[in-house]
Amino acid sequence: MGVIHILWLRQIKRYLRSRARMLGSLAQPLLFFVALGFGFGPVFEQAGNGSYIQFLAPGVIAMSVMFTSVFSGIDLIWDKQFGFLKETLVAPVSRVKILFGRTLGAATVAMMQGCLVFLLTFLFGFRPENMLYLPLAFLFMAFIAFLFTALGTALASLVNDMHAFPMIMNFLVMPLFFLSGALFPLENLPAGIRYATYGNPLRYGVDGLHISMSGLEGIGIMADMGTLLVFIVAIMGLGVYLFKRIEI
Amino acid sequence: MHGFTHRSIMRNVCMSEDVNKYSIEVTDLVKQFGDFTAVKGVSFSVRQGSIFAFLGPNGAGKTTTIKMLTTLLKPTSGTVQLNGIDPTKNQDTARKSFGIVFQDQSVDEELTAYENMYFHAMLYGVERIRAQAMITELLTEFELIERKDSLVKEFSGGMRRRLEIARSFLHEPNIIFLDEPTLGLDPQTRAKLWAHVLKLNKEKGVTVFLTTHYMEEAERMADQVAVIDHGAILAQGTVDEIKEEAGAETLEQAFLDMTGRDIRESEATGLERMRNFKRRR
Repeated sequence: MGVIHILWLRQIKRYLRSRARMLGSLAQPLLFFVALGFGFGPVFEQAGNGSYIQFLAPGVIAMSVMFTSVFSGIDLIWDKQFGFLKETLVAPVSRVKILFGRTLGAATVAMMQGCLVFLLTFLFGFRPENMLYLPLAFLFMAFIAFLFTALGTALASLVNDMHAFPMIMNFLVMPLFFLSGALFPLENLPAGIRYATYGNPLRYGVDGLHISMSGLEGIGIMADMGTLLVFIVAIMGLGVYLFKRIEI
Repeated sequence: MHGFTHRSIMRNVCMSEDVNKYSIEVTDLVKQFGDFTAVKGVSFSVRQGSIFAFLGPNGAGKTTTIKMLTTLLKPTSGTVQLNGIDPTKNQDTARKSFGIVFQDQSVDEELTAYENMYFHAMLYGVERIRAQAMITELLTEFELIERKDSLVKEFSGGMRRRLEIARSFLHEPNIIFLDEPTLGLDPQTRAKLWAHVLKLNKEKGVTVFLTTHYMEEAERMADQVAVIDHGAILAQGTVDEIKEEAGAETLEQAFLDMTGRDIRESEATGLERMRNFKRRR
């Protein structure tokens, strides 16, 4: 437990010391709220879909958690290239513990980022439908954070080029984001694409947040949670396999 | 008088036993990356408490050898014993018995000097109270105690190196690997750094395995030297034996006579070769 705690603590300390990173990563959610919230909001409401900010806010929170999580893989590439990983890999500690400590730390950072965006949503008029369901919303944020941190770590174990990593991740993550239901309802998509979205893990995270934060109807809390857990186990398993193969 | 003589004899017996003990024993060590052999069956032994300089030009196989000794790379064949432990079989026990300072920086710039030390202690399972005492002792020894709460990104290159070396002693290993620890440092910092290492080597009996391109450092510090090039050991022995073998006056001359005087084209490192090999597969 000491090792996992210390690797978790390292990530938290690094995040809390980087105010620029903390504030900088609020820029994108802010842009989404201003541009999409004010731009599409009236259209969305005229179409009889209810308040757009109530729909958009959980999606933007999910986006923020996902991007922070997945791009934490850059830290691993940095550590591979500039040494700190060597320090941990020659220590008498199993690689699974190292991976778990790092993942837990980065996922916590992503959660903290998600909480900041959650506070930001209030400025744009978002109000949680039922305060009693908020713990559930935070649980979904944690699931998204853990899943995408594991994905970022798994890919960063394979990639050594710090410039290539964001491009690969954008190529992978942007479709997941746009087809997650974060920005628009998925019901009206063509059938083929709509069915494909069931293979998108972020869809279940966004759905869980929509239900727990805005009281919207969706796939269902238990189904969302169960599916996310399956994805987490699978991606963590892949991450362990790839992380164990790192040679530096 | 009789008792004194007996103690002297016993001390001599113990010393001769120590002299014959080896901290590192390497036999026929080979590392291949595809069809490229980075290390070609090297064998050497390092006496307990001695300073061993492993010398070679860039791309000779020094870092690949260190990586195999320190469990970062699996040997293709051959055996390694660290304090009698096979690191390929008892990885964690072997890892506790050595400390390492890598060629590249391995401290976290976003953490303070104290935090870097403390995190290392926790990774090595050093008990909390013991860790705090050791950190204070080592940061004092390496003249960093005044800056213990400063972020490492505010440190100079020399201070970072001192911190890394201090950290490598934190879990009280018997062996320290120093991979080009003085690269890029000014002569004052180098002298100070070696003084610290020498002191800990003498006081704590820690075996030091070092690589360096500064031949005068190796000549001054090392009890034993091995010269490696193209993955094979060209010579090994004391500094005087190496000089005698090459018929040279200085270790640098002997080194140049053995490895050639032409500037080497920039060769891919073992790691780059390994990655290229994996890509080809």
